[in-house]
Amino acid sequence: MRKNLNVIAAYSIMMALIILVGIFQSWNIALSIFNLCLISAVMTMGANIQWGYAGLINFGIMGYTALGGLAAVLISVDPVQEAWSAGGFDILMSLWLIVAMVLIIRFILKRFNKSKMRTYSIAVIIISGILLIRFSAEPGIQAIEAVNPAKTGFLGGFGLPIIFSWIVGAFFAGGLAFIVGKVALGLRADYLAIATLLISEIVIAIIKHEDWLTRGVKNVIGLKRPAPYEVDLQTTDWFINLVEKFNSGKLELISNLSDRQSTLNQLVIEGSSVFVKLCYSGLFLTVVIILLILTQKALYSPWGRMMRAIRDNEEAANAMGKNVVKQHLLIFILGSAIVGIAGAMLVTQDGLFTPGSYRPMRYTFLIWVMVIVGGSGNNFGAILGGFAVWFLWIEAAPIALFLINFFTAGMSETHALKLHLIESVPYFRFLMMGLGLLLIMRYRPKGILPEKIEIK
Amino acid sequence: MDFLNALILLLNYIFIPALTYGSQLALGAIFVTLIYGILRFANFATGDMMSFGTMVTILFTWYFQSLGISLGVLPTALLAIPFGIFFMILYMLSVDKFVFKYYRTNKSPPVQLAMVSIGVMFVTQAVVRIIIGPSDQRFFDGEKFIIKAREFKEMTGLNEGLALKSTQVITVLVTIVLVSLLFWFLNKTKTGKSMKAYSDNEDLALLSGIDPKKIVMITWIIAGILATIGGALYGLDKSFKPFTYFNNMLPIFAAAIVGGIGNPFGAFLGGYVIAFSEIFLTYAYKKFFMYILPESMEPESLVQLLSTDYKFAVSFSILVIVLLYRPSGIFKGKVL
Repeated sequence: MRKNLNVIAAYSIMMALIILVGIFQSWNIALSIFNLCLISAVMTMGANIQWGYAGLINFGIMGYTALGGLAAVLISVDPVQEAWSAGGFDILMSLWLIVAMVLIIRFILKRFNKSKMRTYSIAVIIISGILLIRFSAEPGIQAIEAVNPAKTGFLGGFGLPIIFSWIVGAFFAGGLAFIVGKVALGLRADYLAIATLLISEIVIAIIKHEDWLTRGVKNVIGLKRPAPYEVDLQTTDWFINLVEKFNSGKLELISNLSDRQSTLNQLVIEGSSVFVKLCYSGLFLTVVIILLILTQKALYSPWGRMMRAIRDNEEAANAMGKNVVKQHLLIFILGSAIVGIAGAMLVTQDGLFTPGSYRPMRYTFLIWVMVIVGGSGNNFGAILGGFAVWFLWIEAAPIALFLINFFTAGMSETHALKLHLIESVPYFRFLMMGLGLLLIMRYRPKGILPEKIEIK
Repeated sequence: MDFLNALILLLNYIFIPALTYGSQLALGAIFVTLIYGILRFANFATGDMMSFGTMVTILFTWYFQSLGISLGVLPTALLAIPFGIFFMILYMLSVDKFVFKYYRTNKSPPVQLAMVSIGVMFVTQAVVRIIIGPSDQRFFDGEKFIIKAREFKEMTGLNEGLALKSTQVITVLVTIVLVSLLFWFLNKTKTGKSMKAYSDNEDLALLSGIDPKKIVMITWIIAGILATIGGALYGLDKSFKPFTYFNNMLPIFAAAIVGGIGNPFGAFLGGYVIAFSEIFLTYAYKKFFMYILPESMEPESLVQLLSTDYKFAVSFSILVIVLLYRPSGIFKGKVL
């Protein structure tokens, strides 16, 4: 108990902060912060597995998040039959061409020894393959995008419940991580960072501009939900009764019947959105707890010990007969898959997929701030980092506004500097993140909850 | 005649824009490479530092404009750049003193320094946005064109016009002067040589009496000059927006690595490699072939290898290919 005192204290403070938001602002805001904190925590756990367990630096989190989001679209949206009949054949043919290309390249790689000739022939195959695919897919793509472009204009998905996409998102992200890992994992740490960052930009570029698959910047809205809709709840009897029971004390104070009815209606509307958010919280919390149990088990298993050995001394681990390359690839895939789950969860919660919103600042660097602040190598630390940093990210603007008003209290309301500062309140969050990261790195380089390895 | 037309077309839409863009990238890439070679970390604050220098330049340009000072046909910003450089260097040196120095003296691993530079990136981004705001700023004044497309057509009687913006000429000229000065400094002066020595082998350099503090300071001064001029030229030619500058960090990194990180000359060429390949691969050659080929063979499609949406993706793919086949860059830099 004593050992874990700081963990318990840190988590209690965090929960208290969120509850304070609930009391002072509203429960709606508090719950949406809480939900996004949970999603951030999942992303942070993914990054933490790679960085904390294995010392691999992955600046491509944005790309995996977006792939998870894409999975949510592809799983949940109903298939667009017209688009399939218009261009599905061409797209499938192109897919076969890609598979054939990969197989041919694999064959060449296996069959022939390394030589200039081999390199050039592979280059020729890739270039001609890309041209061929572009040529063969072009009419199909155009046909698909022409099908009711204002509403669909893409192939759609499989029409399954969106919750499956959390698993599929993990597979998508893991698949990408396999390719990236094969390409880039041999690089030194900071090159790996740059390479993954750039690869994630490529992924985003593809998602943004391949309209036949993702609708691109036209966004996909109105995705299915795993939770009930507010509108349905507001007309359901049991829910209205529930709200009435919860607020019976408040309602009894109002004697006028019509006033009472309108207050109840108001409460039902508020209550419905809180209820929906609570449903999401339950789902997300389940994911976080399952992942936490799995990662904790992994951390203390022989495998976890091996990973730490590899992280701390690669040569020694290699000499002891551990396959460093293989283990690096494995952990890179696992971590990215977890990020993919988070990406699918995020889109599930928002109910929409907006490729234009994936920016490295929000989806890569912010997550890294979370990992570093929370404590790399410690799963509880990673989750706490996700919570604390996301909370600050959201609440930075009110805090900054308060501080500005406090420090410029002597100035008149129309003072140019004061107005300018108030106008730029949204950017103080960057300042806080930066200063927070710098301070933590300087004075507590292992994070709020540092890695603690007990030998049992 | 048709051949000339085709040539002018390529010159106008590919060669000149790529040369300008490449110069802007090259300055940034040398900045990245110097920091990497001498201070030994990947500086993720590159783009935002450039936007800081540009911001100061813009503020001084506005100040001069309000005083009525101008350079006639040349943009007033040229006058403001020295002030921008001054404040940029001041900012960089103070960041180094309060942030980077601690990790350098502790001999922290490069990854940690890179992480710290992300903190600097956040802070710089905030400072820039708080001072000048996140929106587009134009600060160009003076004569816009040296050759206008219409005048060129009238002059030569060709179908294709050639437009030459003054900012393009300024960019290329300033880059040539700056880069030659830099290489002269690095290769011929004693300080420059000691910088190279320090970059090659820190311990040996220290043994031979090179003062590391001086080297670090000079590196930041050169970096400040490069960052401000590179950023200001980009802003003059296109426009200034903090977010664009942050994004420009990516092709700049690509250029530095393609050229072989730690190698200034490689970074210089890398900038052009990235710029030319981006524009070559995403340009629609339809019109070009219409001039070159006989009428019967004219292409129907746009003859575009990749759509312009993939502009960034092109440079990153080049980077990935280079990393795969020549991890030390085209022109040998530090081995990974």
